[in-house]
Amino acid sequence: MTEAKIRIQNLYKIFGPKPQSVISKVQEGMSKQELLEEHGHVLGLKDINIDIPARGVSVIMGLSGSGKSTLIRHINRLIEPTSGKMIVDDQDVLAMSKDELIEFRRYKASMVFQKFGLHVHRTVAENAAYGLIIQGTPVQEAKQLSQKWIERVGLGGFEGHYPSQLSGGMQQRVGLARALSTDAEILLMDEAFSALDPLIRTDMQDVLLGLQEELHKTIVFITHDLDEALRIGDSIAILRDGAVIQQGDPQDIIMHPSDDYIVDFVQDINRGRVIRLKTLMAPGESTSGPNLPHTMNLELALPLISEAESKSGNVVDDDGQIIGSISLEQIISGLTRPDVDTGSETRYQ
Amino acid sequence: MDFFTKFPAMGRQGLRDLKKSIDAGFRDFSREFGESLENFFEPLLWFLVRLEKLLIATPWPIIILVLALLAWVGSRSVKIVIGTILSFLAIGYFGMWKDTMSTLAIISVSTIVCITAGIPLGILMARSDRAQSVVTPILDIMQTIPAFVYLIPVVMLLGIGKVPGLLAVCIYAIPPIVRLTNLGIRLVQKEALEAADAFGANYKQKLFGVQIPLALPNIFAGVNQTIMMALSMVVIASMIGVAGLGVPVLRSISNQYLALGLMNGLAIVALAIIFDRVSQQYGERLQKHRQGIKHD
Repeated sequence: MTEAKIRIQNLYKIFGPKPQSVISKVQEGMSKQELLEEHGHVLGLKDINIDIPARGVSVIMGLSGSGKSTLIRHINRLIEPTSGKMIVDDQDVLAMSKDELIEFRRYKASMVFQKFGLHVHRTVAENAAYGLIIQGTPVQEAKQLSQKWIERVGLGGFEGHYPSQLSGGMQQRVGLARALSTDAEILLMDEAFSALDPLIRTDMQDVLLGLQEELHKTIVFITHDLDEALRIGDSIAILRDGAVIQQGDPQDIIMHPSDDYIVDFVQDINRGRVIRLKTLMAPGESTSGPNLPHTMNLELALPLISEAESKSGNVVDDDGQIIGSISLEQIISGLTRPDVDTGSETRYQ
Repeated sequence: MDFFTKFPAMGRQGLRDLKKSIDAGFRDFSREFGESLENFFEPLLWFLVRLEKLLIATPWPIIILVLALLAWVGSRSVKIVIGTILSFLAIGYFGMWKDTMSTLAIISVSTIVCITAGIPLGILMARSDRAQSVVTPILDIMQTIPAFVYLIPVVMLLGIGKVPGLLAVCIYAIPPIVRLTNLGIRLVQKEALEAADAFGANYKQKLFGVQIPLALPNIFAGVNQTIMMALSMVVIASMIGVAGLGVPVLRSISNQYLALGLMNGLAIVALAIIFDRVSQQYGERLQKHRQGIKHD
């Protein structure tokens, strides 16, 4: 993993009239339930520690109420924390002055919202240029600068339209163009595609992945959809009741879910489509059988392997070097749902 | 048992003294500051007098042309323009031209005063909950207290004339614009504002770039209401010496001139309808722009 761009350390957020009065109790381990019943405060985030690597897509996943939207709003401090650190490039965002924070939001991190957050009184061109206009760029120049992003997200020709004249997918393209046009290194995406139809959503994921291939921004992506998380995430953190319960490599989470809650999540996904050969392969070489790329998923590998006489094949890396082997049994066991690793007694269903 | 049947009121003598001291106190206040207050309102008076003179001195066809043009610019509706022209022709034909021009002058000036004072006040209320909790009861008082009651101190301070009339009209007409500006800004979508925050907009950029543009339909409704309420004060204002359509109405009340009262009353109604339709159409047009009704 590369160096961390954003380091979230011991972050707590408590909602209520006097959060500071109960923070010590939460740090000592008081549960969300107790806090609400005895002190009337709601625990939003509990001891969050996440390192977000530069130039990758980090997904924060959780169901509604898990605190994921609260967490992403701490990165640009749309929500004030109760305690903790949010270190971006060696600078603690949570300790910034008002002016420093405005600078940070203008140049360092831009955001895409679930409900788009477009300004209905501005045209597509004006919306896309909004970040630049806020930076102080003259309107005409800002529009020129953001034009290429309007075209990149596929909205060329719609510059003069108002958001209400566009479909949801197109509106979110405007939101994406607006976030990209400030050239910020960090892109915060709060359930950016959750409000869209499944087909449009896949479409937008492709747009994002295509852009990321050349831009290499540090993207923090919030979602409640595991398929989406697995599709675009380089790393995933799973949030439950305001706490991180597992984080790491997506393949690792599928193969080794740390508790039943995550098992519940994982059981509905199409394992054949998300698990890749590299995850399952055994060291050593198979004597015969096809050479398959390590990023190939099981769904594609299965027919090739079962057709092979040896019922096995070699796994090769990007350069064509053999790095391991894969057998039919391994694929079949990979497609089977795993048991829980930990001896956790709790059942969530 | 006397205690229960008769309210333990303040003594007659005490009450008289209390009222006397309040009256004397206010009289002293108006002697002390009446002059400087009059000087303060001097520019307003100058402007009002000039506007009234200009409206009366300008030949009537030009006035009708200008009004028709304004109605067109505001409403883009041929129907409203024709209505405006016919109304003013009728007003002139029935001999109410001069009074109508005077009324037009005071309504215009008081609307300008209400907007310039009311919109900033509404913005302040939207920004601070404390300001809202202080201003709201004052607005309630201004809207409900009988106009005659605040005419007393206004006349004591400034005497009889155009300025106290203007002040009385404004006291009654300013609450809607303040309230609706406040409401409009508070109703602006949270998402739009959060996006502005996320891109690093400062207070000024949020206010003029997001809040006011999105609150415009409500602010316009406020302007519209303010004009309507100003018009409804015309008769009361004429009691303290404001020229215009209210004067003949007042005369016809004391002399039981039905026709005179009716004609002038209908002239006020005509003004009200024209103002209302034009300003509403204008507000709606602004809205259509941003809602983008047509889907192409």
